[in-house]
Amino acid sequence: MRRLAFIVPILLFLMVAAALGLGLRRDPSILPSMLIDRPIPTFDLPGLTPEDTVGLASTDFTGKPVLLNVFASWCVACVIEHPMLLRLQAQGVTIHGLDWKDEPSAGAEWLAQRGNPYTLIGSDPNGRTGIDFGVTGAPETFVIDGHGRVRYRHVGPITPEVWTETLQPMMDRLERET
Amino acid sequence: MRRFVLGLFCALLVAGPVAAVLPEEQLTDPALEARAREISQELRCVVCQNQSIDDSDAPLAADLRAIVRERLTAGDTNEEVMAYIVARYGNFVLLKPPLDVQTILLWSAPLLVLIPGGLGLALYLRRRNRTGAADPTPLSAEERSALAGILKVDDAS
Repeated sequence: MRRLAFIVPILLFLMVAAALGLGLRRDPSILPSMLIDRPIPTFDLPGLTPEDTVGLASTDFTGKPVLLNVFASWCVACVIEHPMLLRLQAQGVTIHGLDWKDEPSAGAEWLAQRGNPYTLIGSDPNGRTGIDFGVTGAPETFVIDGHGRVRYRHVGPITPEVWTETLQPMMDRLERET
Repeated sequence: MRRFVLGLFCALLVAGPVAAVLPEEQLTDPALEARAREISQELRCVVCQNQSIDDSDAPLAADLRAIVRERLTAGDTNEEVMAYIVARYGNFVLLKPPLDVQTILLWSAPLLVLIPGGLGLALYLRRRNRTGAADPTPLSAEERSALAGILKVDDAS
């Protein structure tokens, strides 16, 4: 009985410490997406310039798995991510762009300077489509399968590690599924 | 100078938190605006996570405030507005998390701490009372005179 009264508090402490320790390793700024395995929200956005006759709509996400990348000309981390997107495009990955909470002309100029990695681009100046996706900041990337369902959400720039360890295996698997 | 500092200090004491809601964001209908404020104070800003969207200056918080007001104007109830935001950002945006399977541990934590702690305290007190309540041996005549001597010395000093 004596010994139990000694051991139980220590065990309790170790359990709480372990739980809190694990909690410290999680990044609290990354929220789980509400859309995982759910169809993407319905939207139909114009392109960046008046000359762009095609924009981006939710109906464009059928057939094969694609990435939807949320970017903006005001977004600093997007500059870091951008060369990686160009490399992925060169490898044959389809990436659609969502220019989020951005002046469309500023977005167009940003892409003109740095190169355009996107197959289709939608302009979302008031940010509503991004909010429907649960976007909390740029850059953010969604993996969308051939049936127009969100399968994964990555917050922050796509680094080579993120691509080879997470996104590429997932894209390969989805490719086989369809 | 001292009065100035004191005045400044008092002013800081009474200064409350200032909401980030801009005049042009507000609805003209005071009842709707009051409901919008009430809802905004319950919703967490997803950019600066420990502020409500009512307090936050983040652009995304302003967008969400605008959405709250739009939904209210469209005739949504407070619950429907909350559900609209939660459908996009999850329960995390509710500053007061709902009671469900995921949060049952959180909500029951006070009971989990208080009940075992209270039981332990009750047991301890009962045991102490039982041993301590046994009549202490009364002071002997010697001890009593020694005590009286000590008390007298204390009084004198």
